[in-house]
Amino acid sequence: MSFINYLSREINCKIVFYGPGLCGKTTNLQFIYNKTNPDAKGKMISLATETERTLFFDFLPLALGEIRGFKTRFHLYTVPGQVFYDASRKLILKGVDGVVFVADSQIARTEANIESIENLRTNLAEQGYSLDKLPYVVQYNKRDMPAIAPVEELRALLNPGGVPDFEAIAVSGQGVFDTLKAIAKLVLTELKRGGRG
Amino acid sequence: MANPQMVMYEEEFNQIQAIVDRLVREANAEVVFIIDKNGQLIAAAGDTADVDTTSLASLTAGNIAATGGIAKLLRENEFTTQFHEGERANIHIQLVGNRVILVVIFDNKTSLGLVRLRVKKSSEQLNGIFERLLAKVEDPEREAPFAEITDDDIDNLFND
Repeated sequence: MSFINYLSREINCKIVFYGPGLCGKTTNLQFIYNKTNPDAKGKMISLATETERTLFFDFLPLALGEIRGFKTRFHLYTVPGQVFYDASRKLILKGVDGVVFVADSQIARTEANIESIENLRTNLAEQGYSLDKLPYVVQYNKRDMPAIAPVEELRALLNPGGVPDFEAIAVSGQGVFDTLKAIAKLVLTELKRGGRG
Repeated sequence: MANPQMVMYEEEFNQIQAIVDRLVREANAEVVFIIDKNGQLIAAAGDTADVDTTSLASLTAGNIAATGGIAKLLRENEFTTQFHEGERANIHIQLVGNRVILVVIFDNKTSLGLVRLRVKKSSEQLNGIFERLLAKVEDPEREAPFAEITDDDIDNLFND
């Protein structure tokens, strides 16, 4: 749910990075955090376990510039990817304006990707959202790993609807900002439409 | 969409700000915040200079969401009040009308009893304002707030 403040002239939107465990959601946020001008970002918060697995969420507030005198601010969240944290994932999807699905390109993670995307659909539906109507992009991450599935195969499995998709290597940053720009643009376009679907 | 946009207009903002300003004084609190359930900061009053308000808003909303999840598991509607006691700072978190979160940070200059009393009064007033605000936002006669933005405006944001 975007928040438009006419007084401070700000638009605030919430973007959630979703995907299976260890697919690189937090790595995406860390790269964005490291490469963003200090004036444009707030503190990155990671609620993680001692072994640095996301426990609840990561949070990064980001300013992307002005549109017609309105500052655009995006709140980026990740969900915990591990299957048993489903209750927490549902909470983080509340009020979401756009979703990035981060897929792990490794062949061994094919099933985990499919399971996670189905879980995303179910959890969105519980909140009254449909993945087909929400601003949504897909990222095929870990393109630098040895045993990876071809993009066409991943696309057929994970993106049959043909939303914008991107190849990425989040650790080195490849594809990270392309993904972010694409989702931010879709969210703003939806906002312009009135966001009432 | 499941959620309508939250839009803040000057008239309601001024009413909300007046309530939080008064709450800081009457409860003798350090800081008072109003946050929506998705973690967006709506208004703040008091000594906010040393507080990272954006992070605080996001974490408080996460906290309320987690507590709401626990309530659901226990077949409770919501736990509307939370209180955390620290060595120097204490934090009182109140869910208002299941819509926004009223956060009061205070030290030992005041007491939990006084904070609770003032929060209760403010919550009732805030609830009325947010109800009116929501009705205004959902009014179908009202234009989408960003209808005048063009695709070029959006493109320009990303041309760097």
